Amino acid sequence: MSSIPAVRLRLHPKLGAKAADYVFRAFAFSVLIFGTITMIVPFIWMLSTSLKDPSEIFLYPPRFIPSYIRWANFSEALTVLPFGNWFINTTYITVMGTLGQVLSASIVGYAFARLRAPGRDLLFVLLISTMLLPEQVTMIPVFLIFKQLDWVDTWNPLIVPAFLGGGAFNVFLCRQFFMTLPLELDDAARIDGCGTLGIFFRILLPLSKPVLAAVTVFGVVGRWNDFLHPVIYLHTQAKYVVSIGLRLFRDYDATSWHWLMAAAVVTMLPCLIVFFFAQKLFVQGIATTGIKG
Amino acid sequence: MTESVLPVGAATGRRRGLLGMTRLERGEAIWFYALISPWLIGFIAFSIGPIISSLYLSFTRYDMANPAVWIGLANYERMFTQDPLFLQSLKVTAIWVFGGLPLRLAVALFFAVLLNQKVMGMGIFRTIFYLPSVVSGVAVALLWMWLLQPQFGILNFFLRSIGLEGPAWLSSPQWALPGFIVMSLWSTGSTMIIFLAGLQGIPAELYEACSIDGAGKVRQFFALTVPLITPVILFNLVMGIIHSFQVFTQAFVMTNGGPANATLFYVLYLYRTAFQYSQMGYASAMAWVLFVIVLALTLIVFRSSGRWVHYEGGVRGR
Repeated sequence: MSSIPAVRLRLHPKLGAKAADYVFRAFAFSVLIFGTITMIVPFIWMLSTSLKDPSEIFLYPPRFIPSYIRWANFSEALTVLPFGNWFINTTYITVMGTLGQVLSASIVGYAFARLRAPGRDLLFVLLISTMLLPEQVTMIPVFLIFKQLDWVDTWNPLIVPAFLGGGAFNVFLCRQFFMTLPLELDDAARIDGCGTLGIFFRILLPLSKPVLAAVTVFGVVGRWNDFLHPVIYLHTQAKYVVSIGLRLFRDYDATSWHWLMAAAVVTMLPCLIVFFFAQKLFVQGIATTGIKG
Repeated sequence: MTESVLPVGAATGRRRGLLGMTRLERGEAIWFYALISPWLIGFIAFSIGPIISSLYLSFTRYDMANPAVWIGLANYERMFTQDPLFLQSLKVTAIWVFGGLPLRLAVALFFAVLLNQKVMGMGIFRTIFYLPSVVSGVAVALLWMWLLQPQFGILNFFLRSIGLEGPAWLSSPQWALPGFIVMSLWSTGSTMIIFLAGLQGIPAELYEACSIDGAGKVRQFFALTVPLITPVILFNLVMGIIHSFQVFTQAFVMTNGGPANATLFYVLYLYRTAFQYSQMGYASAMAWVLFVIVLALTLIVFRSSGRWVHYEGGVRGR
């Protein structure tokens, strides 16, 4: 640590510089407060609308706090259309898809980070280059494949691909994280008789909670909110997921904002909960992998 | 092979076999291919294979009911000469990318820098700034339809309270696209967090040295932060270009391309062509034009990056 000049600076502070620093921090703090309000107001507005009596929605000036809280909006909104059913469907797809994604992205990332093989670097370049490929290029032939397999209007197209690679970005994230773990861990484990899979499951995975949390959050958020794939593949209402269900709801009743916002709140809740639980690890997972090189 | 030709440092007593590898190396390579096989299968089945067949389909007329008919370059000709909707979708998307993306990157970098300062309650600030990115999709689209509602929406209420009369946003052909850009500024959290990760990699000593030299905060930002963060700017710019071209959900839910095709985004039109009009050949050609545009922009960015991206030291070893 080359902290000597810093220490000397602190012992003899230039008063002007110190004052400027305070001013800057006060500025940063107030801009952040402003930003926070901007970020949070839409959520509050949504929550407030979802609890309002229909008669209070089209009031001007708007009222942030409803004169009374109408919980019935939630039960009504969720029963007009079979939302309960769609929530179960979405949960199943999200859990299975995320499981597949975490499992395959971490295993593939491990192989790219730790095992040497001819052709590895070329394959890694190919993997990275798929991140640059817009999905629309492959979307139509992939649809035709699933149509051939008779998988259209089933959940398979939404789940099975997750087990096959788990997304290039997630593999990349896992690989970068594993690269930061010391190789000596593997050597020590190997001497103790651990095999290739043993090193992965028993040594590296337990140390990789931050990156696993990140991939899990991406998986849950991505799948729960996915719209393009359900809209392409699911046609029977009983098989719908919440995203396309919500859109159907909007067409069904475009001005009942109290209901629409109630449904939106419930739809957002699972992602918010997952994020709050994984938050600390998640931020660490992104930060330590260092998306630089 | 005899042991005398083994390179120095090779484990003695190991015979080199297939591909000049020792048994240990071969075992490792076999494990490597076994472990990446799920990705490799997915890569062949869902990337390479479909890329080739979509290129083929783009030269055909194909409605899924009848076999594909080879029509040469007709799809590409039609796009640029007989399809005003295609040109409209290209225009809408271009405005979205070239107008919206720089704005999003600037906002994300600005707040990332502030989120990297030592001020009270930083953990809470960071969480709140990321929140909107956790809740993407249809629910957010609905929320923003309500926020941008001209008479009773909260955005126009705030604008009125500072004496401005807000536009009709999503129901106005001029303001629908700007409305989308405003919405996108709200959810730049994932870009922000990647910037933040990059900023945290800048050693604090550099800032100290810089302030000893008498540079103010603004000066430090442009002289130190920006050059050191350029690799992350490059990453976010490239990913931003790719993602911006693919916007679909919001357009589908909020305006369905309207009013007067003012928000007919490229992928929305592509989706309609493929899955509503069943013109798989034409849609494939559109996908390839999208690919070429994105690739060209990415290459231009990478080509130019030598001039503006600053790498510290050498390339890190793999």
